[in-house]
Amino acid sequence: MSIDLKQDHFSLFGLPRSYALDEAALEAAWHGLQSQVHPDRYAHLPDVDKRRAMQWATHVNEGFRTLQKPLSRARYLLELAGVDVGAETNTAMSPEFLMEQMEWREAVEEARQAAEVEDLEQLHTRLLRHARAVRAELERQLDVEHDHAAAADTVRRLMFIEKLQHEIDEALLALEG
Amino acid sequence: MALLQIAEPGMSPEPHKHRLAVGIDLGTTNSLVASVRNGIAVCLPDESGRSMLPSVVRYHADGSIEVGQGALKAQATDPRNAIVSVKRFMGRGLKDVAHVEAIMPYDFEDGPGMLRLRTVQGVKSPVEVSAEILRALRVRAEASLGGPLVGAVITVPAYFDDAQRQATKDAARLAGLDVLRLLNEPTAAAVAYGLDNAAEGVYAVYDLGGGTFDLSILKLSHGVFEVLSTNGDAALGGDDFDHRLFCAILERAAIAPPSLEDARRLQMKAREVKELLTSCEEAPIHLRLGSGELVDLVVTRDEFADMTRHLVQKTLTPVRKALRDAGLTPEEIKGVVMVGGATRMPHIQRAVAAFFGQEPLTNLDPDKVVALGAAMQANVLAGNRAEQDDDWLLLDVIPLSLGLETMGGLVEKVVPRNSTLPIARAQEFTTFKDGQTAMAFHVVQGERELVADCRSLARFELRGIPPMVAGAARIRVTFQVDADGLLSVSAREMSSGVEASVLVKPSYGLSDDEIAEMLKSGVEHAGDDMMLRALREQQVEAERVIEATEQALAKDGHLLDAGERAAIDAAIEHLRVLRAGSDHRAIKTGIDAFARATDEFAARRMDNSIRTALAGHKVDELEL
Repeated sequence: MSIDLKQDHFSLFGLPRSYALDEAALEAAWHGLQSQVHPDRYAHLPDVDKRRAMQWATHVNEGFRTLQKPLSRARYLLELAGVDVGAETNTAMSPEFLMEQMEWREAVEEARQAAEVEDLEQLHTRLLRHARAVRAELERQLDVEHDHAAAADTVRRLMFIEKLQHEIDEALLALEG
Repeated sequence: MALLQIAEPGMSPEPHKHRLAVGIDLGTTNSLVASVRNGIAVCLPDESGRSMLPSVVRYHADGSIEVGQGALKAQATDPRNAIVSVKRFMGRGLKDVAHVEAIMPYDFEDGPGMLRLRTVQGVKSPVEVSAEILRALRVRAEASLGGPLVGAVITVPAYFDDAQRQATKDAARLAGLDVLRLLNEPTAAAVAYGLDNAAEGVYAVYDLGGGTFDLSILKLSHGVFEVLSTNGDAALGGDDFDHRLFCAILERAAIAPPSLEDARRLQMKAREVKELLTSCEEAPIHLRLGSGELVDLVVTRDEFADMTRHLVQKTLTPVRKALRDAGLTPEEIKGVVMVGGATRMPHIQRAVAAFFGQEPLTNLDPDKVVALGAAMQANVLAGNRAEQDDDWLLLDVIPLSLGLETMGGLVEKVVPRNSTLPIARAQEFTTFKDGQTAMAFHVVQGERELVADCRSLARFELRGIPPMVAGAARIRVTFQVDADGLLSVSAREMSSGVEASVLVKPSYGLSDDEIAEMLKSGVEHAGDDMMLRALREQQVEAERVIEATEQALAKDGHLLDAGERAAIDAAIEHLRVLRAGSDHRAIKTGIDAFARATDEFAARRMDNSIRTALAGHKVDELEL
């Protein structure tokens, strides 16, 4: 058994290169590949085989993780298309979006300091709905319009949103004890 | 007389030579060895027919070593040489077990990487003591199976960190065992249960052992056992129930503080009573102490349940956290498999049933299920897969996040908890100072945001970085965690190719309690941590701007007149004062104000450097 480590993750899992994803097919393909390359299959073989198995299995897990999550999948698609999302350097966002983010943030901060679990949960739900809409936009930009520049912008917005979601989760956990 | 085996010409009489492999459950209280014989996993008993080997090692003055029942009996009379519960010391330093020292009579000393125990046969490490238990089981298995073993699967608690896993693997090697895999105890139990019952769906494994608690959530589908999440408590087990009962007996019997020997006898009695209350409504205690005092009382099942209710509740916190990490509700769990002798207690079964809204699954022996699952996995790993039916796959996870220390004592998480193994993750860092040629790395494990709250795993240094301006070097640090959950780390400066790597060896500095707290507090104090993190970040930032400005003053101070210079010196002093405070917002505002105060200086420096660069060049030679 050997796998081509150079092919892209979509080819690795035998999936079409698109943002829209058949999650069940991805999971089945992941299990299928791991049942071939997992180090458990090579535990009785020489060290060199074990090492190779670990590299393969690591690569397969990395591919699965990248494709499984919508945000990392979108970033990966853009990377394949030669577009640098530039998340660390390019933070030029529209003033409207930044303003909206600030409002979200203030709402979260207020609810957190007031220990308002219900408010936080409401914010969480609203943000989930918002994220869903942004993802739908992303799917259109990537799969239909192939507008990579716009998609890169949407990816950056989605990163802000996910970070905020994470902050709400943490605040909720802290309040629940 | 044996029947003669007739082979076809050209065919080996043994086309499928069975390779002898075992699964070993190395427990805090008891250990077992199991193997697959004729397609069925069985625990291998000793010559008296007992499967369970008490995890006790006794060192005799004559140089002999006794493991098991005999050693257990000596624990009250020869406490310093009859070592019990050595699993608690695996991969631990002296500081980690300070709280145990009070109740355990051992003669500890600190050693490199791990504490040591002074015995009549000299100084022993927990790895050596554990190796004696494993050696006894290996000898038993080889006698029972009739040949040398090709390898063993050793089980470890799912919450075990890198240091504890490494110590376990070292002990196995010391015992002459080839470790096919370190397998998480709840996962081993899930294999035994899942294969036995052809189970499909999402299951929880509730594993309460002698000194440890694990909760794993697994998805079973078409022969794949995928661990979705795992959580636990490093300092919670059946022993704590014994101890609570022991304390209650002391209170109620109203006796003087007992001698070490009497305390041991009462502790052993408490365990007996706990076990009796599983099948009886009440248990009598009638014990004459060495002091001459008589303990004579009766404990009922309800009284015992009452006095240990808080311990049962304590197990439900990791359960909730594991569910949350898996993104599931209790209703979505198809079955709850009970593992570990302590889960026999009726009030634990009731609490678990109430939490999940269903009766837990107890149809497999909770003492044996881990060893049986490990044996099944060992059989597969040894290459004894006969048919496709034997085909299954375990996808396990790392229980605690791995990270690196960054500026200000903060943790940068590199591998998040509950990542499927094996996994490799890389993170890039840069230099902090101009001309920096070395970089120190501190590898930690845990969920908290501050290094001080996580377990320190290793420190190493990358040297020979070519001198560059601060922030120009690109140092890529790669974490690789293998299928045993063991970590190796390497660092590489990308432009020069300078490389350093380290096999993670434990560097202790945290107590057991703190470890148990790690996951828990990571969540409970998330608010505090965030504030503290914000503060450290601003402090680091303030240091950074002060340092940069001082360097600039040293180099280009001549660009300022005396008044301007004094103003900047005052601004530096002011920011230093703010930096020493604890208000991150004030520091941030101070940094902004400082930036404004040094704007003019920065502009002049920029002009100056452009002029210097332009000197001697024509404008059209420059690519601007």
